[in-house]
Amino acid sequence: MTVDRGEIVTLIGPNGSGKSTTAKMALGVVAADEGVTKRKDKLHAKYVPQKLKLNHNLPLSVTRFLRLTDSADKVQIDAALRATETEHLAAAQMSNLSGGEFQRVMLARAILNSPEFLVLDEPVQGVDYNGEIMLYKLIEDIRDSLNCGILLISHDLHIVMSKTDRVICLNGHVCCSGTPAKVASSQEFKSLFGDRAASGLALYEHHHDHEHLPDGSIRTDKRTKTQNNVSSKNLVSNDVDEANENV
Amino acid sequence: MFDDFFSRALIGGFGVAVVAGPLGCFIIWRRLAYFGDTLSHSALLGVAIALLLELNITLSVFIVSVLVALMLLLLQKRASLSSDALLGLLAHSVLAIGLVVLAFMTWVRVDLMGFLFGDILAITTVDLALIWGGGAVVLAFLAKIWRALFAATVSYDLALAEGNKPDQVNLLFMVLMAAVIAVSMKIVGVLLITALLIIPAAAARRFATSPEQMAVIAIILGIVSVYIGLNGSLEFDTPAGPSIVVAALACFVLSVLPVNILRKRTGRSQKNLKDPDVGVS
Repeated sequence: MTVDRGEIVTLIGPNGSGKSTTAKMALGVVAADEGVTKRKDKLHAKYVPQKLKLNHNLPLSVTRFLRLTDSADKVQIDAALRATETEHLAAAQMSNLSGGEFQRVMLARAILNSPEFLVLDEPVQGVDYNGEIMLYKLIEDIRDSLNCGILLISHDLHIVMSKTDRVICLNGHVCCSGTPAKVASSQEFKSLFGDRAASGLALYEHHHDHEHLPDGSIRTDKRTKTQNNVSSKNLVSNDVDEANENV
Repeated sequence: MFDDFFSRALIGGFGVAVVAGPLGCFIIWRRLAYFGDTLSHSALLGVAIALLLELNITLSVFIVSVLVALMLLLLQKRASLSSDALLGLLAHSVLAIGLVVLAFMTWVRVDLMGFLFGDILAITTVDLALIWGGGAVVLAFLAKIWRALFAATVSYDLALAEGNKPDQVNLLFMVLMAAVIAVSMKIVGVLLITALLIIPAAAARRFATSPEQMAVIAIILGIVSVYIGLNGSLEFDTPAGPSIVVAALACFVLSVLPVNILRKRTGRSQKNLKDPDVGVS
């Protein structure tokens, strides 16, 4: 599997199918038992882990958290916070955030300083429905504006399928992969997630041309998707015998 | 002023407080209190070896502490026991070995109480140079790895994924801890070093809104504790180390007490502090 610039690759699969492990291998956090991981030299990668438990003894403001591994000035931090609609939290302590706010801030930290490669492990867990749509749209925008490669892990099949360039379905091995439409119609996908998951995808296609605002009104999405020059250079490639990777 | 044993003790104590503050914060953030105990208990073995081989005590304590830290890392990778069991095992075994070795050396007269609880009378100008020189080196290293060490404290995986080297900074952190224990042993004694590391940092937690701020406040509270503790020890003829720790505890209790006043103040300081990065880093 490869992740190119300007591409969203999504990993789906049941619990324990090796999604997070694959993502960690792509980042070099976990070494592959078999096969090799190749990364672009000096890859500017950012990671939103599935779980991040902060010790409550840490006095850590959102602003300081954004600067955890990168230095950034106020303008850059404000931009990242604005993109995730968390400007009002800039001075808040991380320990006082709600689950959804926390995820947004995690995403804000990840997009700070325009990374080349993003790994998002269930980035919208605990975010409310409107927020979820907003964050997925943001992820798509990030891809478009920063032209970065994104490796996404998600359970939310509907949204995943509509926003993704390529889907890789894992279940200890690569079950099936390809464009969302191709994966959704494949027999392996149906046997793994059931027919309803596949049929639900068609439903979603009608959803994303408008947006439900908190007050109940509807906003049509007039934004036209910008075409990007997708560089052919791979950011990350995991050349792994997937069957042996779920240890 | 270095002629006066009391000013020597004060200056030495301040030096220890300055390095103990930031490192103590990391001990709290990383939940390493017991690890600090293990290292400081191994200091007594360092003393025994120093007397046996006629080495410099501080140097010997430093080396033994580093070795114990490395042994712990190795055991954590190999053994099936959990970290706290390993720490308990190491801490008390090393303390016991140290005491046994000291008891065997009948030819040296050792003031055990001095090592266990600190001995301000024993501070020489050489010790002072060691504390401040060693302390400066420790702080210089800590400042260099501060960001990476903090990132690794928040999340090892995240730090590794984003280009930091958490294993290296973790190892260096352990070496720095060993150095602090070696230089502060004479002031507070083997049994109470962890207290001097942890209590000022714990008291600082309440006032701090950023990690850098917490480290600076911990230093200030440490200095205050040393000053009050040493003066109290002179006044009431109590052992120096425990007196300092009691003073630190008093700071901690005060930091917990007036709830409302402090809430207001931290709220205000949050606004005033435009850049929370100002401070140590």
